[in-house]
Amino acid sequence: MTEMLQYEFMQRALIAALMIGVAAPAVGVYLVQRRQAIMGDGIGHIALTGVALGFLLNTSPVWTAVLVSSAGAMGMELIRWYGKTRGDLALALLFYGGMAGGVMLINLAPNGSNANLVTYLFGSITTVSEEDVTTIVGLSVCVLAVSIGLRRQLFAVCQDEEFARVTGLPVRALNLLLAVTAAVTVTVSMRVVGLLLVSALMVIPVAAAQQATRGFATTLGLSVVFGVVVTLSGTTLSYEADVPPGASIVLLAIGLFVVVTVLATPLARSRARRAAAGAGEGAPEREGAPVA
Amino acid sequence: MEPGEHVEGERAMRTASEPVISLRGVTASLGARTVLRGIDLTVAPGEVVALLGANGSGKSTTVRAAVGQVPVSGGELALFGTPLARFRGWRRVGYVPQRSTAAGGVPATVREVVSSGRLARTRLRPLGRADKAAVRHALDVVGMADRAGDSVNALSGGQHQRVLIARALAGEPELLIMDEPLTGVDLASQRVLAEALRGQKDGGTSVLLVLHELGPLAPLIDRAVVLRDGRVERVDEPERLHDPSCHHPRDTTDGAEPATMIETGLLS
Repeated sequence: MTEMLQYEFMQRALIAALMIGVAAPAVGVYLVQRRQAIMGDGIGHIALTGVALGFLLNTSPVWTAVLVSSAGAMGMELIRWYGKTRGDLALALLFYGGMAGGVMLINLAPNGSNANLVTYLFGSITTVSEEDVTTIVGLSVCVLAVSIGLRRQLFAVCQDEEFARVTGLPVRALNLLLAVTAAVTVTVSMRVVGLLLVSALMVIPVAAAQQATRGFATTLGLSVVFGVVVTLSGTTLSYEADVPPGASIVLLAIGLFVVVTVLATPLARSRARRAAAGAGEGAPEREGAPVA
Repeated sequence: MEPGEHVEGERAMRTASEPVISLRGVTASLGARTVLRGIDLTVAPGEVVALLGANGSGKSTTVRAAVGQVPVSGGELALFGTPLARFRGWRRVGYVPQRSTAAGGVPATVREVVSSGRLARTRLRPLGRADKAAVRHALDVVGMADRAGDSVNALSGGQHQRVLIARALAGEPELLIMDEPLTGVDLASQRVLAEALRGQKDGGTSVLLVLHELGPLAPLIDRAVVLRDGRVERVDEPERLHDPSCHHPRDTTDGAEPATMIETGLLS
């Protein structure tokens, strides 16, 4: 353990893992709330084109990925507004277009091959550079400023969009901001978790947390704790077992989900009983009501 | 300055004369189907107006058009004397949508949902002491204060509806617009709702609400506008509404059936 911390690349990887563990669930909670858990996956596909573009233009793939995936996320948001009837097909075009564009561009790049993409697809702790850490920390702070600072507004928009519009909130601007924030989170996370597994880190800690919570703020807080636990332990495991960190992080997250679900089941039962007992006024309860 | 003072001033300045809602010849379509074929409707300050009519008559579309959620294809629509396109005073409006629209994939407590109604006033700034007090008061009015920390998913249909009404009340609106607040609501919650509405009416709030039948709310309604095929079929004035059996909401709700039975006559 202490030996691991002596390596600079591991220090960098753990800092990156910590930031991602906080940022990914903090944004993911809104996507889950809006029942768009899969959106992060779509952004991941689109980001691949951005990564390849970075190789092609010989600049930092992280920044080109931020630009391309932000544009893609805003495109998905616009499709959600205007193309209600065949929105799913439009999204499919966007996702697979992003994936195919990435593979095409990387092979056009000088010295580029699909092998370059693998570390971005599945994550790699050894490739997190000094410059990457600075970028990851900076972008994560921006992501947290939005997802924590605007939590009431984003909660209202994701909970009941029509109501939020009638309260006069700038719903379109908030939705676009959330889309861009999600895109930034995906690109920040891709070095460690990998583009194909980023979405899991945005969604699974939230899914695990809400097994044990009743409110939005507590779900947000607990999912961030879960996110940090699995990214740090997954990165460590990846070092010890010499496997890509994305895989170990996601499998640990799924394991945590199962454990929390098993532990929370009796808790949920006793809560339902208490709720039924405390209903008052003879209002009929749907859940846990004794059947006469 | 307290957020309330400014609004009180506005309220005093714009008294009586100006309708809070005014629709003139409003038409609207949902997809290819024309739903509103020229609706005329006004709600005066302090007035409680019910929209009645069969399914598909355009009741919900009318109120959703009034809050800017259905694009209007013709006619004039104004809130507080300002054409809807230029209207920015959403903090004066409390909206209770149909219950089906409000469901998130993540648990939320009753207090969190009701607090989001306060955003009409706080916008991007954090909740202050007055905001928290308004949320608490709204929860009290609908009798849900003891459930503030519970998940909304654990509530019955009627309790959930009370939460949505509290959310609208948390913004301390001058105009309440409610889309079918009684649908799927148990009698106990209907009684709570009627009392909450009476409190709002006594405080001078104007109300436009969509109902299937007047039920326990009958004594509170100043005017009932009956829609049919996207047009106003008729307007029922108070004397026709105030059936003697509806004057005592306590009797009718505790007795459990008469009010609703009598009022269904309005719909046929």
